[in-house]
Amino acid sequence: MIDPRKTIINERLKEIANIIAVSSGKGGVGKSLIASTLALTLAKKGYKTGLFDLDFTSPSTHLILGVKNVTPIEEKGIIPPVIHGIKYMSIIYYSGEHAAPLRGEDISNVLIELLAITRWSKLDCLVIDMPPGISDATLDIIRLIKRIRFLVVTTPSRLAYETVRKLLNLLKDLNIPVLGVMENMKMQDSNFIRKHVEEAGVAYLGEIPFDKQLEEAIGDVNRLLETEFSGRIAEIIERNSRLLVPK
Amino acid sequence: MHEWALAEAVISTASQLAEKEGISEITEVKIKVGELQQVELDIFEYALSQLKTEKFKNAKFIIETVQAELKCRVCGYQWLFKKDELKEEVQEAIHFIPEIAHAYIKCPKCGSPDFEIVKGRGVWLESIKGSQKYDRPKKDDNK
Repeated sequence: MIDPRKTIINERLKEIANIIAVSSGKGGVGKSLIASTLALTLAKKGYKTGLFDLDFTSPSTHLILGVKNVTPIEEKGIIPPVIHGIKYMSIIYYSGEHAAPLRGEDISNVLIELLAITRWSKLDCLVIDMPPGISDATLDIIRLIKRIRFLVVTTPSRLAYETVRKLLNLLKDLNIPVLGVMENMKMQDSNFIRKHVEEAGVAYLGEIPFDKQLEEAIGDVNRLLETEFSGRIAEIIERNSRLLVPK
Repeated sequence: MHEWALAEAVISTASQLAEKEGISEITEVKIKVGELQQVELDIFEYALSQLKTEKFKNAKFIIETVQAELKCRVCGYQWLFKKDELKEEVQEAIHFIPEIAHAYIKCPKCGSPDFEIVKGRGVWLESIKGSQKYDRPKKDDNK
């Protein structure tokens, strides 16, 4: 027996010029905030942008964007609703307030199902908010989306970087393109992350200072885009736009 | 109308399989549809008839419905999925993503959401039959 869903995935993604997975080996480093802000900033700059929350057991981008009472349109598949200018897809439309305890095989199935039935149409960039680690979702994204490129997030913590280093090694071994590393929540001067990232042959995209105002901006997109955090991300995008959205 | 997306996947996969098997005209497509996904068969069959290409012009689509069976990973209890016991919005959520069942269904015996979908999850292509008008590509041909 053959699972027919996998053959249609590349067809569903064919009109998307760039697909970026925002990933980290470690949780709590700010992936969801960076993925959401990256998507919002690209949309603000005029790029047709999508955001796909792939953290099925612990989704959070809907809280960052303040998504409420929205459901996708069903039209020969599902069409993601447009939230603050971005096409937004999350398991939250279906799981609501309920916990979704999923094992690895279930996570793979949800991912394949959503990739097979979601009709993104034409996009300049699809940003994927990845769950932490190098487990099922990371392996599946690499297996299923041939054009995937990774943007890796770390904090200045050596503990965070230890897992990020392993993620970078894995991606290098698998010949998966890495756009670079963003260092988030920087609190003091240190060259540790930049030095190690550059020694690993990966681009150091920039640092984002720890922003005390950020928590208050969650759920309020206008306020979020005015934070120092978002300002720094906009600068990084500006400096690297040819890398992030080359076509 | 999410049935269209699934039908499109079946047609695409059957076409690829036919290509691989050297089948120029498909006469039969066997599909298994799991009850958990609650695919509306009328819409699914209509979508198949609308999406089929020239290769399928005389094809018969045989669809078998498979009862959804769940098994608790904690206490081992096995039970059948019954959609009528769920609210309409929950049925719809499971229709789009069958694994969402883990957010709403619990083992009737021990209450755990940690269960396995033993069978009857979604749509599977079981087999195709057809007339071979050209030889199947041999492995040696690639050398």
